[in-house]
Amino acid sequence: MADIANLRTAAETGLSSLFEAGRKSFATEEAIGREEAFKFFEATGLPSRRVEAFKYTDLRAAMTEAAPPAEAPSDEAARAAVAGAKGFAGIEAARLTFVNGHLVPALSDLDGLPEGVRVTPLNAALAQSDARLKLLAPVEQARANPIYQLNTAFLADGALISVAAGAKPERPLHLRFVGAGTDGFSTATRVLVELAEGAEFTLLESHEGPDGVTYQPNDALDVRVGNGAAFRHARLNREGRGAIALSTISVRLDDDARLETVNVVTGAVLSRHQIYMHVAGEGTSAVVNGAAMLGAGQLADSTLLADHAAVGGVGREMFKTVIDGDATGVFQGKIIVRQAAQQTDGKMKSDCLLLTDEGQMMNKPELEIFADDVACGHGATCGAPDEDLLFYLMARGLPRATAESLLVQAFLGEAVEAVTHEGARAALIGEIEAWLEARG
Amino acid sequence: MPAVQETIDRVRAIDLDQYKYGFETTIEMEKSEKGISEDVIRFISGKKNEPAWLLEWRLDAYKRWQTMKEPEWARVSYDRVDYDDIYYYAAPKRQGPESLDEIDPEILKTYEKLGIPLREVEVLEGIAPERRVAVDAVFDSVSVATTFKKELEKAGVIFMPISEAVREHPELVKKYLGSVVPVTDNFFATLNSAVFSDGSFVYIPPGVRCPMELSTYFRINERDTGQFERTLIIADKGSYVSYLEGCTAPKRDDNQLHAAVVELVALEDAEIKYSTVQNWYPGDNDGKGGIYNFVTKRGDCRGARSKISWTQVETGSAITWKYPSCILRGDDSRGEFYSIAVSNGMQQVDSGTKMIHLGKNTTSRIISKGISAGRSQNTYRGLVSAHRKAKGARNFTNCDSLLIGDQCGAHTVPYIESKNASAVFEHEATTSKISEDQKFYCQQRGLSEEEATALIVNGFVRDVLQQLPMEFAVEAQKLISISLEGSVG
Repeated sequence: MADIANLRTAAETGLSSLFEAGRKSFATEEAIGREEAFKFFEATGLPSRRVEAFKYTDLRAAMTEAAPPAEAPSDEAARAAVAGAKGFAGIEAARLTFVNGHLVPALSDLDGLPEGVRVTPLNAALAQSDARLKLLAPVEQARANPIYQLNTAFLADGALISVAAGAKPERPLHLRFVGAGTDGFSTATRVLVELAEGAEFTLLESHEGPDGVTYQPNDALDVRVGNGAAFRHARLNREGRGAIALSTISVRLDDDARLETVNVVTGAVLSRHQIYMHVAGEGTSAVVNGAAMLGAGQLADSTLLADHAAVGGVGREMFKTVIDGDATGVFQGKIIVRQAAQQTDGKMKSDCLLLTDEGQMMNKPELEIFADDVACGHGATCGAPDEDLLFYLMARGLPRATAESLLVQAFLGEAVEAVTHEGARAALIGEIEAWLEARG
Repeated sequence: MPAVQETIDRVRAIDLDQYKYGFETTIEMEKSEKGISEDVIRFISGKKNEPAWLLEWRLDAYKRWQTMKEPEWARVSYDRVDYDDIYYYAAPKRQGPESLDEIDPEILKTYEKLGIPLREVEVLEGIAPERRVAVDAVFDSVSVATTFKKELEKAGVIFMPISEAVREHPELVKKYLGSVVPVTDNFFATLNSAVFSDGSFVYIPPGVRCPMELSTYFRINERDTGQFERTLIIADKGSYVSYLEGCTAPKRDDNQLHAAVVELVALEDAEIKYSTVQNWYPGDNDGKGGIYNFVTKRGDCRGARSKISWTQVETGSAITWKYPSCILRGDDSRGEFYSIAVSNGMQQVDSGTKMIHLGKNTTSRIISKGISAGRSQNTYRGLVSAHRKAKGARNFTNCDSLLIGDQCGAHTVPYIESKNASAVFEHEATTSKISEDQKFYCQQRGLSEEEATALIVNGFVRDVLQQLPMEFAVEAQKLISISLEGSVG
């Protein structure tokens, strides 16, 4: 039988020549293992549906060509690009602005950071061989992922964020990623976050870009949450409708660490958000939520791996997907409970509302359990909005469309409510309302 | 919460070392050459006096099989089978008995020892009639006896070895063979299509309710052989049949391959109930020996309002790779899957089901309980999908796991694919403790904690066990009281 996987697509060949061409300009190879990462990527290629983890999101078919890495913009161009950026715009926060994957110091509050927070631009950290770079890739499984490796190979910029022990700044840090351009381009950014013992920190991320341009953002977030620290994270994907948006979070939790991460998706023609959570310490708790609102032609994939390797971890994962038009929703979740991770309490849930007959939802909630004293469960549901509930609301005089909107809002709201930061939560609920309004 | 003592004892009672059916019968056998080749296939086909079309069908399957790769996606690891080092056909030398008296007494003794009635039980007047079961006994590659044939004939039911059906009812076999599990379906099904030896054929005519339970008892006896049986059951319009299947094998140090194909066809308003107690030799506690059970079972609810129900109690086999499935093609058709899988020692189970909703208002229900003990791995793998046109499809899935000890693993891999807004799918799986409220309620009434747990759990497991026909009650008895305390709630 012919081994089809060996035939390289135009995009794969394109990526190889882009990597060759970029090699000269790439700095500090040693610290990040670029060559190794690209070798890994070349060996696996773009994952197709034959690869189990990409069964429902065929990147090989979707990425028809390799877009060239975007150049760093001039301050003026960056200013113009950011002018219309809406994600988390009204929130009182310190901001780091990335335009086309490059940090723009002129548009960033590098001098006005929240108390106890230190930010080093990634390029500077690489040039100085910053000791904190050891934080790179804290979760083993992420290192076997082609999207993550592609990010490493083409990594252009990012930031290294440290939160001092015991620091609990109220003001969040907002990472504002904006894409601008008329031709296809790609970006690769990496943000590293380290929370020292007892620190509490809120990080907001917004991603947006032009409609009608086929661009390929690939961003990664590596986090280590130290003993007793709490990391709160809200992420908003409102990329342009032509984007193929790939993102990976890999997070390691130490003793008594707390994690809250919520991802809301309205943008991109294809998005894949991967979360790798490694529970290394005892007594941790984690809330991992997602809400996706999809319209015609969109596909959103949420892939989660929760790997419990220590005693007593509590995990609550909830993913909500609303599908309009012929969109496709994908949820792949996997909870691993290793033998040592007794008394793990894990609950994973994926719910989907299909608003049309053309949409589709693919759910794959897995459990892999090696410890005998655990409470783990997963649930998945899929269906149209409940007719009884609609009837109830309509009987009170609401038109059907309004009743349906209310149900959708309540449905998605459940996932967004977990966001502790009030402003961010309100902004995300605003996104839901705006989506429903645009739908009409 | 860890398993209670009672459960641990029960699981131990069906432990590997206590495998009762591990004896071997010494009997003169006739075998094909070792290995697989066109000649071997011709030999098997010749032995069965098959028509030319079937030989062609087999040879075609063999050609395709040679281009296929053994699947590796299941969560099992084992030493690959050397397909050139096994016998594909083995049959007792004394062939074609006209009556039971002509069957080799050794074989009769074997079945007696296994508790399978090959002699038709006379029902005496005035005595409450026992429930009777018609049995087709398959010994390695051939069917050695089929009971109650005459009485079934009266009802119009055809129940015979498939090798006989090929000769006597070629039109039925030709029409339905391979129509549910195509020749090219998967590696093991294709291999089976090339070399299948015997199995049962059942046809229930329109409107007939089969007057008794039908059953097939599979026994692997000969060393270094594989068993490749093929079962085909057709329930014509408005008919009903309940079919039971049991399997055992001798204790041996090497692994033996069992690659069966079961095809069910339910036409309009028909119902097929298929129950299995799978008790192949599981190997010893160190994982030596045991059967590789690589089976393709699929039912096609072809007609409107038809129903297929799979019930399985799985305790045997070293490796299980088995996914009894339903294709819900007819409008308003229904598929059910009830399973208890107990793994122990070094056993590895990767089992589950597929419910493929194609027709309107089709419904399906999946209840799966996995219990792993020892150093075993127990995986539920299932697919529920709704096609674009499957308006109003409904599925409910519940799969629960329980671990006994800290050396084993329990895994769940469900795929839920919905392409229709009016389809409602619910899936839940737990590996959790019993509801505290329920337990408190029982303890209030004076039960100890363990008694309360056992009580609640037993009520819960009934979900699956009440689906089993009476005949399996005895075997299931051992399992009935296994508490799944980890899975309620």
